[in-house]
Amino acid sequence: MKKILIIVITFFGFLLQCSVFPRISLGGIVPNLMVFFVSVYGILYGERYGMVIGFVCGLVMDIFFLDFIGLNALILLYLGYLNGQFCGMFYPEDVRLPMGLILLSDLSYGILFYIFEFLMRGKLNFPYYLGHVILPEMLYTILAGLILYPILLGLYKIFEKRENRSN
Amino acid sequence: MSPVVKPKGEKFTIPGKYLLLIFTFICILLMILTYGTPLFDGPFHGAVGYIVVPFEKGIGRIGEWMSNRRDQLRTVESLLEENALLREQLDDLTEENTILNQEKYELNELRDLLLLSDEYDSYDKVGARVIGKDTGNWFTSFLIDKGTSDGLEVDMNVIARGGLVGRITAVGPNWARVVSIISDGTNVSGQILATGDTLIVSGDLELMQSGKIRFSQLSDSTGTVRAGDKIVTSQISDKYLPGLLIGYVESIRWDNNNLTKSGELTPVVDFQHLSVVLVITDQKDLGEQE
Repeated sequence: MKKILIIVITFFGFLLQCSVFPRISLGGIVPNLMVFFVSVYGILYGERYGMVIGFVCGLVMDIFFLDFIGLNALILLYLGYLNGQFCGMFYPEDVRLPMGLILLSDLSYGILFYIFEFLMRGKLNFPYYLGHVILPEMLYTILAGLILYPILLGLYKIFEKRENRSN
Repeated sequence: MSPVVKPKGEKFTIPGKYLLLIFTFICILLMILTYGTPLFDGPFHGAVGYIVVPFEKGIGRIGEWMSNRRDQLRTVESLLEENALLREQLDDLTEENTILNQEKYELNELRDLLLLSDEYDSYDKVGARVIGKDTGNWFTSFLIDKGTSDGLEVDMNVIARGGLVGRITAVGPNWARVVSIISDGTNVSGQILATGDTLIVSGDLELMQSGKIRFSQLSDSTGTVRAGDKIVTSQISDKYLPGLLIGYVESIRWDNNNLTKSGELTPVVDFQHLSVVLVITDQKDLGEQE
């Protein structure tokens, strides 16, 4: 039940990301929901969930939008794993640490994607890409995150309560 | 209830680190196998197509409805104002149209004389709806709701509102991915319509937000290329059909080598608001040249 619901929510997140967000984008930049989902699941449910969700999300992104498969899957896999290391280390009700981790994750995603896809092709103007793509994306991601995080947290608590009862 | 969070009921028995290693290995293997080869394209494209695309079509409709609502909310006054302006324009255009019709008649007659047929009209086209955009902010590709079952293939050209949009780079049974010409890393061989001088049009993320595309390697033989000249796809392009309108020269300057020129062009297509595109199902036939 828990796993099915997580998959369904992530699936709709992906649809939202590539169908609705482009229409409400600000300045041509859209938030990166995939990074958000991967790091929140990593933080709340642990490294295994983070890794599997990251790998699957990345794979779907790669199949649809990249010419070769595996780059997004690899980056999101590691983001899920690293965020999973923070699972159980804090009160998830306190929104500051998860938001900090999401910011950091999105920054790393941006920088890694820049290195693999742009630096490799000799595009050296990193400050431009940082200022016009990576930082705005982080800002929008955190805005979307502040709205969506309580929903995922509420769901997490429901699962917690149910598991405590059944044990 | 303990505030310390610990996942319960773990079913996996492999430790996280090993799982990470296994997944990393799978990713790297996939990258190596799929880099430049269409090895897994068939099964992967089919699978995701049947799972994701039907939902995307539905959600795309909702998104379209939302943006339509937003447009409707523009005030009636601005519409009335626009209406008056448009009426004026209509009168002008009707007059212009009659003149143009006369000229078109003349043109057709002259064409018949020259035994030329208008190639642009004779291409077979298929209409398709845009159902999704790239999830990231780095490239400009989008998904359309037609695929191999509608006769689409990789490398087919895509146009909208009379201008070149891009070309299909991946195709599934019921979807296709179109990479637009403004996307970073794409190159199109073009030519100045008036003089026939060839040039290379390259998409660039740094220029995208200003709505322009870079062009380079223009050998301006007669020195007559000016801002405002039309740029179309060239005869020597191996992926694009000749004579598709790309845009208009915006600025032009000499390169450092003093032999070629480069500059920027404004595309005719509004890439931010694409909702319906036309796919040209005719492909450039390279067989004769070999």
